[in-house]
Amino acid sequence: MDMETNTELNAFERRLLDEFQRDFPLTPSPYAELGRRLGVGEAHVIETLSRLQAQGLVSRIGAVVTPHRAGWSTLAAMSVPDDRLDDVAALVNGHPGVNHNYERDHALNLWFVVTGADRGGVADILADIEERTGLPVLDLPLEEAYRLDLGFSLQWN
Amino acid sequence: MELSALDRFLLARLADGLPITSRPYADLATSLGLGEEEVIARVGALIRDGTIRRFGVIVRHRELGYRANAMVVWDAPADRVDAAGRQLAELPYVTLAYRRPRRPPVWPYNLFCMIHGRDRGTVHDLVEEASNAAGLSDLPRAILFSQRCFKQRGARYDASAAPAMAFGAAS
Repeated sequence: MDMETNTELNAFERRLLDEFQRDFPLTPSPYAELGRRLGVGEAHVIETLSRLQAQGLVSRIGAVVTPHRAGWSTLAAMSVPDDRLDDVAALVNGHPGVNHNYERDHALNLWFVVTGADRGGVADILADIEERTGLPVLDLPLEEAYRLDLGFSLQWN
Repeated sequence: MELSALDRFLLARLADGLPITSRPYADLATSLGLGEEEVIARVGALIRDGTIRRFGVIVRHRELGYRANAMVVWDAPADRVDAAGRQLAELPYVTLAYRRPRRPPVWPYNLFCMIHGRDRGTVHDLVEEASNAAGLSDLPRAILFSQRCFKQRGARYDASAAPAMAFGAAS
């Protein structure tokens, strides 16, 4: 999906992506409610959201949990030799507690978020990754949140 | 605050996303052995008490053309970092702003934010603007653009405690 394709999204699709990032309806048929607000039927909403998800534009209809409210999480960073990066990234992804994992252009080139039931569970995962890769893992837990995830305002051009 | 086992199950189940079906809460409820109204009420309660920060469509910004995704970091002194963090948080293009520990000598930075743009030039301009707006332009800084994304999905805080069937409907 490139920028050209992105601009091909129609007005209805853009509104679906933009206007329901927060306060998703807590009613038995929320997609019918979205349809009412956008002037289309429930089936059209469900079809379109399913397709946007299949195309990779929508990750999910999700709940973003406030950090450290339902467990523990940390941001971890590693410096991985280039020829090992794919293997180490796959090993890191093998832990179900890892939910974001990015290569970044820095000496510390692998950055991932680890979540667990508690602080000890997260520490165990970091220790396991260190042991299995032989590489140090930086543990950078949140100390203060100035801005949490409130959604992503899309600029269409 | 302690979450109940039920709330943990529910959050674990929601990590894969609300089903995109006509009666999604009823579908969730079935997999948890609850009633539809109970699931709706629990999600509402978790939003009101602040456990769920936001509930709704989560887009993949990369796929929407936001190709330049930067983690921007500064080494900010203790007496300036919180004020600067709050100023960063006010900027519309800053999606996250956090303070985290330094790990010298390899990692000297303690103030983090995320800035997404359609290209790197745009992001570099925004970083300059943000640095000035938050009074950070005199401080050491780094911009870490993301290259490959190896994984992006919802947090699973307590996957081991959730019933196995709860993960059957992953998208």
